Amino acid sequence: MVKVLKVGLYGAVQDAGRNGFASIGVPISGVMDRYSFTIANSIVGNSLQEAVLEVVFGGMKLQFLEDTYICISGGDFSPKLNGVAVTLNSRISIVKGAILSFGKVNYGVRCYIAVKGGFLTKKVMGSSSYYQNITESYRIKKNDILPIGSVNHFIKRTNASVKIAQSHFTNQELMCYLGPEFYLLNDTQKKKLFQQTFSISKDNNRMGYRLNETIKNTLVSILTSAVLPGTVQLTPSGKLIVLMRDCQVTGGYPRVLQLTERAINILSQKTTNDSFKFNKISI
Amino acid sequence: MGNNIRYSSFGAHAILIAWEAIISEKILEDILSFKNKITEFKKGRYTDLVIGYNSLTVLYNTEVVDFEREVNSLKEIYKVNIQNNKLTNYLWEIPVCYHPEFGIDINDVSKKLQKTNNDVIELHTHKIYTVFFIGFLPGFMYLGGLNNELFFDRKPNPRLKVPKGSVAIGGQQTGVYPMESAGGWNIIGRTPISFFDIDKTTPCFVKAGDQIKFKAVSKASFYEIASKLKQKIYHITKTVLHG
Repeated sequence: MVKVLKVGLYGAVQDAGRNGFASIGVPISGVMDRYSFTIANSIVGNSLQEAVLEVVFGGMKLQFLEDTYICISGGDFSPKLNGVAVTLNSRISIVKGAILSFGKVNYGVRCYIAVKGGFLTKKVMGSSSYYQNITESYRIKKNDILPIGSVNHFIKRTNASVKIAQSHFTNQELMCYLGPEFYLLNDTQKKKLFQQTFSISKDNNRMGYRLNETIKNTLVSILTSAVLPGTVQLTPSGKLIVLMRDCQVTGGYPRVLQLTERAINILSQKTTNDSFKFNKISI
Repeated sequence: MGNNIRYSSFGAHAILIAWEAIISEKILEDILSFKNKITEFKKGRYTDLVIGYNSLTVLYNTEVVDFEREVNSLKEIYKVNIQNNKLTNYLWEIPVCYHPEFGIDINDVSKKLQKTNNDVIELHTHKIYTVFFIGFLPGFMYLGGLNNELFFDRKPNPRLKVPKGSVAIGGQQTGVYPMESAGGWNIIGRTPISFFDIDKTTPCFVKAGDQIKFKAVSKASFYEIASKLKQKIYHITKTVLHG
């Protein structure tokens, strides 16, 4: 088990998501950055179904109440084990009682802590991903005790780290497909969508990122229809919203672009005032 | 109807199937029948099927590599004429207390529509509403059939906290907030019925194609029903719909 000593900004248990419940309005959820999630789980030898801890900007302090292996991937918030710096993207042996904390934010927005066997908080509708009104909690709280998988043959040895492409954090080009309503835009609007550098407003969270710049909107709303993580909506005010993992299952704004899975992961590591351009994927 | 259906790719993993952009029960029926057939013929190929007013979106397990081919396959499925095991739809009678203590905007709505509260209640309870789909929030029904005399603009500034069970009207729609949430619709009443209960095997008892009728109840009976629900001795009145 793992005890939460300090929460920091935000933390939640997340996995690959809750699929198949759109008919009753339940969002997919799951980790924001699937790339880092996959690395973290793979390095501790987990299946990609196991739940991890998603932590925004560090600040969290955890105590491990049993021996285990962990891997931290994603944003670099200077993780420390018992006060000693540990390497990202490597398998770290944890001895019962050890305390994991974070320091300076070097890059990225979200990091993922995978433990051997995964976090075993209660699954609801096939997933452990925290979501308000679905799971008991929707964020990690101080003094939470989180159950984890057990380790049979514990070896106190730390492996070499895996090298991660820095472009995942520095890339300012979000590849996307044309959305279902893209064709309704006029040439000026289409052009601006791909030429403009967009910046992220302070209104960004697991549901969606609102962007600062506007595109003059001449479109009427559509009849409410499916939206997906990565759908870029054009609102009546001309502001764009990029929907993220906790987005609703349906929406009424025109869907002008659809980010690739990789672009959603990249955007997950960006925050307020970070900027990027949309780039059309060639098929 | 099949000729008016448009297929478009929606990212790498989804295909959006769109009907004519109108709200119609005929289209809903066609969507539900197509959904049923896809459920049968594409078993294991998709993670979800998402219904909208005039659309059905197939979310695939894997990337749709050959779009044309997949669309053709869907078109074939659409054409299949089978008596598929259609799900039974119900008409649900939902008790609502329209007292201004719950329906905090009803006085305002009545005044602006130049009607009495009783007129508004009468117009709202008289109609039978069709559940087109669930979206926005877990258990939030998109209902069709609001009397045009009750069309009413959404609030310019959404409330941050609309209580669970609030029955509201906004634009040309009416609905029930299944849980406390932010919301911009005008609240005219409250139901003790829970439209989303995670502890139940079926968290949401309604589904697309069902119908809803609201029944006005007093404050006393609102509390009585609420207490019976707590004791699990209240059963919502339902009638089987024969389509």
